[in-house]
Amino acid sequence: MSEEVAPHTHFQYADATHQSDTAVAGMWLFLASEVLFFGGLIIAWMFCRHWQPAGFDAGGRETVLWIGTLNLFLLITSSFVYSSGLAFMEAGNIRRLVQCCVVTMAIGTLFLLLKFYEWHIDLSENLFPAGPFKITGTDAGGARMFWSFYFVATVLHALHMIIGVGLVGWVAVQARRGAFDDGWYTPVEVVGLYWSFVDIVWIVLYPVIYLVGRG
Amino acid sequence: MSQIVLPQSQISYLSDGVSLRSWLLTTDHKRIAILYMISITFFFFLGGSAAALIRYNLLVPQGMIQSAETYNRLFTMHGIIMVWFFLVPAVPVTIGNFMLPLMLGARDLAFPKLNLISWYLFMAGGACALYALFSGGIDTGWTFYTPLSSNYAQGHVAAVVIGIFISGFSSIATGLNFIVTIHRLRAPGLTWYRLPVFVWSLYSTSVIFVLATPVLAITLILLLFETLFHVGVFDPRLGGDPLLFQHLFWFYSHPAVYIMILPGLGVVSEIIPVFARKELFGYKFVVWASVSIAVIAFFVWGHHMFVSGQSLFASVTFSLLSYFVAVPSAIKVFNWLGTLHKGHIRFDAPMIYAFGFIGLFTMGGLTGLFLAALAADVELHDTYFVVAHFHYIMVGGMVSAYFAALHYWWPKMTGKMYPEMLARAAALLMFLGFNVTFFPQFILGYLGMPRRYHAYPPEFQVLNVLSSAGATILAAAYLMPLVYLTFSLFRGDRAPANPWGGLGLEWQTPSPPFTINFVVTPVVTKGPYEFPKPGIEPSDV
Amino acid sequence: MRLTLPLAASTGAQTDLLLLGLLAVSLAVLGLVFWLMLVYAIRYRHNSPVDRGALAEKSFRFEISWTVATLVIFFGLFIWGSTIYVRLYQPPANALKVYVVAKQWMWKIEHAGGQREINALHIPVDTPIELIMTSEDVIHDFFVPAFRVKRDVLPGQYETMWFRPDRIGTYHLFCSQFCGTAHSNMIGDVVVMSAQDYAGWLTTSGGGKTLAAQGKGLFIRYGCAGCHLGGGTVRAPSLVGLYGSPVPLSDGSTAIADDRYIRDSIMQPKSQVVASYEPIMPSFANVIGEDDLVRLVAYIHSLAAEKHG
Ligand code: HEA
Ligand code: HEA
Ligand code: HEC
Ligand code: CUA
Ligand SMILES: [Cu+2]
Repeated sequence: MSEEVAPHTHFQYADATHQSDTAVAGMWLFLASEVLFFGGLIIAWMFCRHWQPAGFDAGGRETVLWIGTLNLFLLITSSFVYSSGLAFMEAGNIRRLVQCCVVTMAIGTLFLLLKFYEWHIDLSENLFPAGPFKITGTDAGGARMFWSFYFVATVLHALHMIIGVGLVGWVAVQARRGAFDDGWYTPVEVVGLYWSFVDIVWIVLYPVIYLVGRG
Repeated sequence: MSQIVLPQSQISYLSDGVSLRSWLLTTDHKRIAILYMISITFFFFLGGSAAALIRYNLLVPQGMIQSAETYNRLFTMHGIIMVWFFLVPAVPVTIGNFMLPLMLGARDLAFPKLNLISWYLFMAGGACALYALFSGGIDTGWTFYTPLSSNYAQGHVAAVVIGIFISGFSSIATGLNFIVTIHRLRAPGLTWYRLPVFVWSLYSTSVIFVLATPVLAITLILLLFETLFHVGVFDPRLGGDPLLFQHLFWFYSHPAVYIMILPGLGVVSEIIPVFARKELFGYKFVVWASVSIAVIAFFVWGHHMFVSGQSLFASVTFSLLSYFVAVPSAIKVFNWLGTLHKGHIRFDAPMIYAFGFIGLFTMGGLTGLFLAALAADVELHDTYFVVAHFHYIMVGGMVSAYFAALHYWWPKMTGKMYPEMLARAAALLMFLGFNVTFFPQFILGYLGMPRRYHAYPPEFQVLNVLSSAGATILAAAYLMPLVYLTFSLFRGDRAPANPWGGLGLEWQTPSPPFTINFVVTPVVTKGPYEFPKPGIEPSDV
Repeated sequence: MRLTLPLAASTGAQTDLLLLGLLAVSLAVLGLVFWLMLVYAIRYRHNSPVDRGALAEKSFRFEISWTVATLVIFFGLFIWGSTIYVRLYQPPANALKVYVVAKQWMWKIEHAGGQREINALHIPVDTPIELIMTSEDVIHDFFVPAFRVKRDVLPGQYETMWFRPDRIGTYHLFCSQFCGTAHSNMIGDVVVMSAQDYAGWLTTSGGGKTLAAQGKGLFIRYGCAGCHLGGGTVRAPSLVGLYGSPVPLSDGSTAIADDRYIRDSIMQPKSQVVASYEPIMPSFANVIGEDDLVRLVAYIHSLAAEKHG
């Protein structure tokens, strides 16, 4: 490299590619730690279910299937939209990228709104595990535990979604400001990785929450 | 590589801005390391004060402190602060932060801002924990066993748990930063097998940071949920399983104990060759020993649960794996001895600490073998034998390694030499005080004294008094470096760039280093310990 | 001040030997490490003129040999420790059963004859003793150093442990799992007595009705009899001869009807349903306390003897 350094490149890097590869590597590593985070949760979940499958299934049958399923499709669509945005970016079409970001955010927000509505239904049906609980009888214990896991998992996932919507919004703003060009758009890639991951977490949670009890 | 000449390139990182703001908003890994150092020193003396009160209480059988509740809060606070807010960040995050880019010939870590955020997370977590500990404290022990912690304990379990949770993110961020930096920012010619062992051990430590900490995080969230809402995941009365908590907790905390030793093993592997003027014996074996410790560490957690009611089969398996994880440590000890053989050994303070480390770590490790032997653990579990075991490794080993590192790199970090004779005296006093404090605890444990006891049967008194006397010596020894190192900042001699004759890249910068570390990126042509070899003859294989 | 711990159970002798073995190995290794450090520190100090001669260039041979040596020693220690451990958790069939219920912060002991005591355990010498233990709240740990045994006592579960005391005397009983404020006060005495003294103690310590007899009353009071004594409309298995025998379960597996199984059958009947029966038995969790549960189990236990005798 010459004396002149690309404006985005920090002083510890040799060049822009060096820097962007490094950022992508960092994101992958972060996702690896996220995998263990949600993985730990799901292992604990399956372990507890093993002792009282009937209660867990009784709890699982109370979930709102249509919202979960709709949300699954929404998220898969949003990942698709964002990836197209990335493809447009690679082709240098920043306007399209911004549009894709906006659509992605809209879908993400819709997901969250649906999720809030679902929680509302859950709470009004006395499905929060503490306090008076809808399911009584022998399955109550397992069902309560199912709903404990349900709330921990969905709240954590929703937090990730909120952060994700924020990040996509940030990408959109930066893109509009002309911060990226087809030579350097690392943040777009990195945020995409994160968004897909949050999507995948939902793909894993979906059957555990909505299908296992009904199967 | 680029040869950018930045304006501040010729300024030492210490004089590059002196305002508080320039420190608190810095992204320079060296300054962040100093911030960490100040924070963990504070936490060490806080945890140490709790230890002093513990030892004070145990002077008499009925307990000097009137209430058992206070005592229980003291050792809980001692354990939590020492583990999460002192020892875990001590060597890797403090010394490692400073030295890693220098040793790689890099200008900074890969993600300098993340590094600063990581410090703020650490402090936020610490503030949370401190708030809880001072506004009433908690009495669960540092292990938080359920259902005691979730449904019976009084106090601010939730706040402490949140504090540890937040500081966990700091660990993950640092680990991630280190791994990426080691992969991506090595100077030209610095191949994997030319990396100093300290870098390898930081790498292994970081892997544990990134892969074990999230499991602790999710465990704490479940615990928090149960504590706040009294729903059962871990409480059998509510249909949960208390052993599940122990499995999840130790799945993090066993690897975490290697977070608390691997960097120390790295420091010693760095110091021994330099002060013996001889190449590290069996470099590749030492390196792969670090990596294999980090890997096997994930599969031995059940050795904390031999009498907990887990299945016999699980116990037997975990015992076998615990023996496997001890093999790489043995390899390291023997390789250090091999390095000393036919060296030109000097006993400057870092080397005295390193010698102390080898001795105390070996004793701690060997007593770990007692605990890993199933039938012996049935007798020794949760007695003072365990307390002695882990203090030998963590205090005798890792704290010694921290002091070794601190003295070894002090001239580089501050540009000042510390008073050598005082430093040697402190090192010897620490070794003495340490043994007087903790050796009696092995005997106490073997005689059956359970840990976490506020009061004890009178026949244990003599050994307890001995232990408390030792702790007083130890406290004095720990205060010495605090005083003379601070003094040296103002009155110490100027340090040369390379006071010990080391061969690592960090010695090729001035002391203290420039803000950008290297004006010209160094090019590496040989291994980190290739000292001239007198009279080599090609030997047989 | 004594530096050795008296041994009062024949089952602990093996543990002592193991500890001694570990100590010997450790001292040998420690001696070697310290000796080499000392010798090298003196012989190869930087200003010593000693001839350093030729350095061994290749380290491979050393590495392999000490790694293998360490592995071999470790493997030996592992086998040694494990065999004793496995035996420690297999009580002989003729052991005298004593029930232990722990709670914050006391030990409640229930003998088969109905004698109850708190923070003390009286047992006859030279007899295998089996403890069946549970907790009413948090995790505790029953630790008798002189017997070289300890075992966590979990809520919601039976844990068992056994030993054979062989020396008359009084020994410490400690709770060694941190269980809250008065953890260090949850201590007591284990009194090992000669056979005659023990017989005398049993008669003077009251009891009156045996545990099993008390359990029989509870069996009626909790309504178990309605289903399990036949005659009614409900089809439930007879509990006579159940204890200790294999039970075919509806999922095809077989369980041995030990204390833990019987406990689970009462508290979580759905977890193990007997083959060819409907899962209609209600759960008695949160209905029956640990003290009563112990009596019911003892009663069901006694039904086995009824059949054989
Ligand atoms: C830095 C911390 C650290 C480290 C490195 C270790 C290392 C080891 N630990 Fe330790 N341990 C703790 C910290 C640590 N431990 C803590 C904090 C606890 C208690 C937690 C609590 O309950 O609060 C604990 C508890 C603990 C237990 C549970 C005890 C109980 O509660 O009942 C066990 C059981 O197996 C154990 C085993 C081991 C083993 C086998 C090693 C091995 O890795 C040691 C390997 C090293 C050597 C063996 C020495 C060098 C070797 C040689 C010189 C070779 C030659 C030797 C021969 C040929 C014999 N440890
Ligand atoms: C990780 C690091 C670490 C470190 C560095 C230490 C350092 C020390 N520890 Fe600690 N310890 C733990 C980790 C650590 N410990 C853990 C994890 C537990 C288990 C907790 C639990 O059960 O939950 C424990 C438990 C523990 C116990 C058992 C309590 C019990 O079970 O009832 C004891 C008892 O002696 C003890 C003592 C000490 C002493 C004397 C020191 C000394 O090395 C400290 C010396 C330092 C000072 C003394 C401070 C400096 C000087 C001053 C502040 C001046 C004033 C002091 C005097 C005048 C004396 N520790
Ligand atoms: C409503 C009827 C009913 C009541 C009341 C009842 N049981 Fe049962 N019990 C059953 C049935 C049916 C089974 C077999 C199916 C099963 O295992 O769940 C059974 C199984 C058992 C078993 C396992 C038997 C085996 O062969 O393995 C035990 C032990 C037991 N009950 C004890 C009790 C005790 C003690 C009580 C009272 C506290 C009690 N039961 C109350 C109906 C009942
Ligand atoms: Cu009960 Cu400690
Ligand atoms: Cu461990």
